[in-house]
Amino acid sequence: MSLALQTFSTVKDANAALQVSGTLYLGGGTLVIRAANEGDVSVSNLIRVTEPSLSAISVSNGKARLGASVTMAAIARQPELAPLAPAARAVGGPAIRNMATVGGNLFAPAPYGDFAVALLALDASVATEDGETPMEAFLAGRDAGRAIVTAVEFSLPRAESFRFLKVSRVKPKGISVLSIAALLQRTADGTVTSARIALGCMADRPMRAKAAEKALLGHKLTAEEIAPALSAASDGIAPITDPIASAWYRGQVLPVHLGRLLLS
Amino acid sequence: MAKVPVQFTLNGSEKAEFIESGTTLLHALRDKIGDTSPKGGCHQGTCGACSVIIDGELKLCCLTLAETCNGADIRTTAGLAQGGVLHPLQRAFLDAFATQCGFCTPGMIMAAKVLLDRTPNPSREDVVEALSGNICRCTGYEPIIQAVLLAARANSQNAA
Ligand SMILES: Cc1cc2nc3c(=O)[nH]c(=O)nc-3n(C[C@H](O)[C@H](O)[C@H](O)COP(=O)(O)OP(=O)(O)OC[C@H]3O[C@@H](n4cnc5c(N)ncnc54)[C@H](O)[C@@H]3O)c2cc1C
Ligand code: FES
Ligand code: FES
Repeated sequence: MSLALQTFSTVKDANAALQVSGTLYLGGGTLVIRAANEGDVSVSNLIRVTEPSLSAISVSNGKARLGASVTMAAIARQPELAPLAPAARAVGGPAIRNMATVGGNLFAPAPYGDFAVALLALDASVATEDGETPMEAFLAGRDAGRAIVTAVEFSLPRAESFRFLKVSRVKPKGISVLSIAALLQRTADGTVTSARIALGCMADRPMRAKAAEKALLGHKLTAEEIAPALSAASDGIAPITDPIASAWYRGQVLPVHLGRLLLS
Repeated sequence: MAKVPVQFTLNGSEKAEFIESGTTLLHALRDKIGDTSPKGGCHQGTCGACSVIIDGELKLCCLTLAETCNGADIRTTAGLAQGGVLHPLQRAFLDAFATQCGFCTPGMIMAAKVLLDRTPNPSREDVVEALSGNICRCTGYEPIIQAVLLAARANSQNAA
């Protein structure tokens, strides 16, 4: 293994250095250094930034902004981010959560990316020096981008409108069989007026369950009324196969877990 | 490969070394500085045997580059015993038969230490959660959980 790390104090300088081919940004390193330790020779020149704004969390006027270097542990212990704590706590064990960053989670391939699933349901925007990109478009283009992500921003959901579920085989910590996040607005009588549902492990990166979202509109969250949404949940999915579960299994259990989440 | 200086505090004493850029903290601690208490089990972040405490937080030193630790306060199991007297956690691991081959033990003890530093009287669930990133292939975990609870009780009796 031969690694070299360059440290920059500003995102601007680091972005310039990242344009050199063969360089990779280092977040918490839980995926990058792991790959290097495993013998991945494509990981050689690493770049990191110490700019303090990357580690900042700010919450004001119902909006939250998380710097890209904010860790899962920092999110989980921030009372103002309580609705997101279950998603942050879903990532790895305690030591991983002290290292794993928001920025890194946006790039994590399935079965990882549990926090990114939550951000997709929340319609977060992803900031780079070039501007802001909606989460869905960001995920679609993430392999081509070479700009450092500086922050993510989203409207903080009310606790009762946001739900997150991670299914794993090992308790209390394990890799995802799947994860689901749902942002649901409902009228006083419980009728769904808007729905955003994001799925993890149903493709190589988080994806939306758009057919299921549509099928929920105008319905209440009862076993009978959510049935069409559960049948539609599998629309367009291409689950991954890994040692945790096969694509077939993931596809089979998706409606079951979505149903549990919606009825919880 | 270019050498870079790193300087940090290890168990209270200053350390300064020239290391190759890209060296993991695990490698630096074990092979450069001579603290072999963090173990290299998987080098993948999965086993927790390399757990150390950096600036009060549990981290995996197999996935941490040493040069990112400049100025940090690093604690390992090697620094726990004071004047030949074992730390209450080390004592409890012995008394509760929580260590067999011992390979996971330093990581388990570091994970338990950050828990007890913040939560002196943890519940069983707290202990299970705190150790959830650490794998043991020998004990079946129950003696380890009991050892952490025992150390917590010993601490609170000493404090009373
Ligand atoms: C044992 C173990 C268990 C894990 N369990 C989970 C889990 O349960 N759920 C889960 O979601 N993940 C899990 N992971 C994966 C990983 O820890 C997380 O996805 C984490 O959030 C990745 O963040 P990082 O900062 O460590 O990324 P890094 O390893 O630093 O980077 C990952 C990728 O993202 C890029 N990148 C990072 N930050 C930026 C940025 N700001 N701008 C541009 N590019 C960037 C890097 O160049 C790299 O390609 C686990 C990993 C391990 C080792
Ligand atoms: S050696 Fe670091 S987690 Fe296994
Ligand atoms: S005592 Fe052998 S691995 Fe835990």
